[in-house]
Amino acid sequence: MKSTEERREMLWKMLLIRAFDEKVNDLYAEGRVHGTAHFYVGQEAVAVGAVAALKEGDVITSTHRGHGHAIAFGLDVDRMAAELLGKATGYCRGKGGSMHIADVSAGMLGANGIVGGSMGIACGAGWAFKRRGQDRAALCFFGDGAVQEGISSETFNLAAIWKLPVVFLCENNQYAMSLSVRKAFAVEPISGRAAAYGMPGETVDGMDLEEVYRAAAAALKRARDGEGPTLIETVTYRYLGHSKSDANLYRTREEIRQWREMDPIERFAGKLQEEGALAENELQEMESRAYRRIDEAFEKAAKEPEPELKSALEDVYA
Amino acid sequence: MPEARVITYREAVREAMVQAMRHNEEVFLMGEDVGVYGGAFGVSRGMVEEFGEDRVVDTPLSEAGFVGLCTGAALLGMRPIAEIQFSDFITHCMDQLVNQAAKVRYMFGGEASVPLVVRTPGGAGTGAAAQHSQSLEAWFVHVPGLKVVMPSTPYDAKGLLLAALDDPNPVIFYEHKLLYNRKGEVPEDLYRVPLGEAALSREGEDVTLVAAGLMHHYALEAADALSGEGVEAEVIDLRTLSPMDHRTVARSVEKTGKLVVVEEDVKTCGWGAEVVSRIVESESFYALDRSPARVAAADVPIPYNRRLEAYVRPTPEKVVEAVKALLDARVGVYA
Ligand SMILES: Cc1ncc(C[n+]2csc(CCOP(=O)(O)OP(=O)(O)O)c2C)c(N)n1
Ligand SMILES: [Mg+2]
Repeated sequence: MKSTEERREMLWKMLLIRAFDEKVNDLYAEGRVHGTAHFYVGQEAVAVGAVAALKEGDVITSTHRGHGHAIAFGLDVDRMAAELLGKATGYCRGKGGSMHIADVSAGMLGANGIVGGSMGIACGAGWAFKRRGQDRAALCFFGDGAVQEGISSETFNLAAIWKLPVVFLCENNQYAMSLSVRKAFAVEPISGRAAAYGMPGETVDGMDLEEVYRAAAAALKRARDGEGPTLIETVTYRYLGHSKSDANLYRTREEIRQWREMDPIERFAGKLQEEGALAENELQEMESRAYRRIDEAFEKAAKEPEPELKSALEDVYA
Repeated sequence: MPEARVITYREAVREAMVQAMRHNEEVFLMGEDVGVYGGAFGVSRGMVEEFGEDRVVDTPLSEAGFVGLCTGAALLGMRPIAEIQFSDFITHCMDQLVNQAAKVRYMFGGEASVPLVVRTPGGAGTGAAAQHSQSLEAWFVHVPGLKVVMPSTPYDAKGLLLAALDDPNPVIFYEHKLLYNRKGEVPEDLYRVPLGEAALSREGEDVTLVAAGLMHHYALEAADALSGEGVEAEVIDLRTLSPMDHRTVARSVEKTGKLVVVEEDVKTCGWGAEVVSRIVESESFYALDRSPARVAAADVPIPYNRRLEAYVRPTPEKVVEAVKALLDARVGVYA
């Protein structure tokens, strides 16, 4: 289990993720950011809980909804903000934007604009670790929608037959854009399909940081012990629309309200308070600090230089 | 005469689908979020309410699966319209399109056909970066058995989509995200614009501009700007990339002696190369008094930053520059 200090840090990361994506949502609403973005608000416990179980040297792959994974993994919000504003100092030098934030040398192998697009990459990392005899693992985040793509079936099988050190972490947030998981699958739970590939599968409460942490830690241990992949399904919910534009026609306000009552930040903060690890007003204080930190990041990013035009022609080949 | 009705490109595409579906029970629309969400770009808004979930079908994220399914339904004589949410994701169903839909008729000795329509929005200019901005239409031009359509106006969008739905072959129907809100006159009846026929949209004597889709509008803007400087461009909207109507291009080139192709895809092996080749391989070659030119995207993925994105894409200004460079170039007469 994690120390009090580490647990407080996890709360901080969740707050930072929420502040970041709420800020980005506002910036889109004001028309101040180009393109599109997908918000992680509501799902913070998944990224923070799972990433907390990683060790130095482990890697993650992310999705189109990647800000939370990146912040949980420790990416710098200043450089993320700069990327969203298309600046030269952003993680992708302004060439990637929200859907492509990556820090490969640190082990964050990239957000991904293609649903399911990173599942093969995670297996490739697992393959490299295994062949090189390294004690490292790959944590692969993907949504319920990705499970509908053929690549999920192929990669589950490859990882299982070759016992790759990969943890498949499905964020079942109930929808793939407007499609409810109830319409997308004839069989639930999603974790149930693990059996068909010969790996363990488990469904956990994705609004409960400690549950996610526990499941990820166990799966990572299996991966490191050479026992192969695990499929973890975290049951969670995205509070905001699919992307910057979404009229929420496919769900009810009531449903959103009910999920918000299980808020992962409040739940975890409540636990810390019960344990005496967080003082009475501290959550509020941390929250405002997180919003301030994100405001600063975007203010700073706004002053960063634009990339040079000719950089658009560079980096096609190594 | 009643005043002509003006609607958007988005509405024109929708109207073609709605009218075809009212007319023929065998037509259905299948794709991600095409139902209550109305499609990622709102093209099918309101359709599920009229036709129900059995004919306006929300699919899981399974592009290979549902395009394969549509191929099979078409083989059985149904008239499927598959929507690929962004044309970039067409990579997921390449096997179904290239190895199945395109080949079935030929492989089976002409004993079968696949009347499939795949609609998909392509193109850049929206800040959606490298995986949501591509123009991959040339790939399909390279595949015998497929037809490729790329309308630039609401009128053509409706007429070409209805023609595609009548066609017994698989047709990839490229829409452009930046065209959806563009307005134009569209008749209410069920009319067709034949596949494989280019349109001469502006007459001129000095240079021929050939384009399709959004680029057709860039070519027209460039032609207007050039006109202010005494250069009259003739503009051809190809409308269908495959089969390609090079004859219309040839007739124009024989008049102007100069050819500039404007395409949004990357230059290398873009479809503009095919236009140029067809002209220089034909008798029309001798009518050229300058080497042909292509205005295309740089050979790079589409970057996110707005200025960088604009820098790598074709623009009306780049078309004007290309035409001027052509006019300034040495006349190619060799002994
Ligand atoms: C191959 C592919 N198909 C479709 C899309 C468009 N799209 C982006 S995200 C998304 C929904 C993904 O759902 P899920 O995997 O559950 O992730 P969530 O958005 O819920 O986080 C869709 C349809 C895409 N990016 N890639
Ligand atoms: Mg989902």
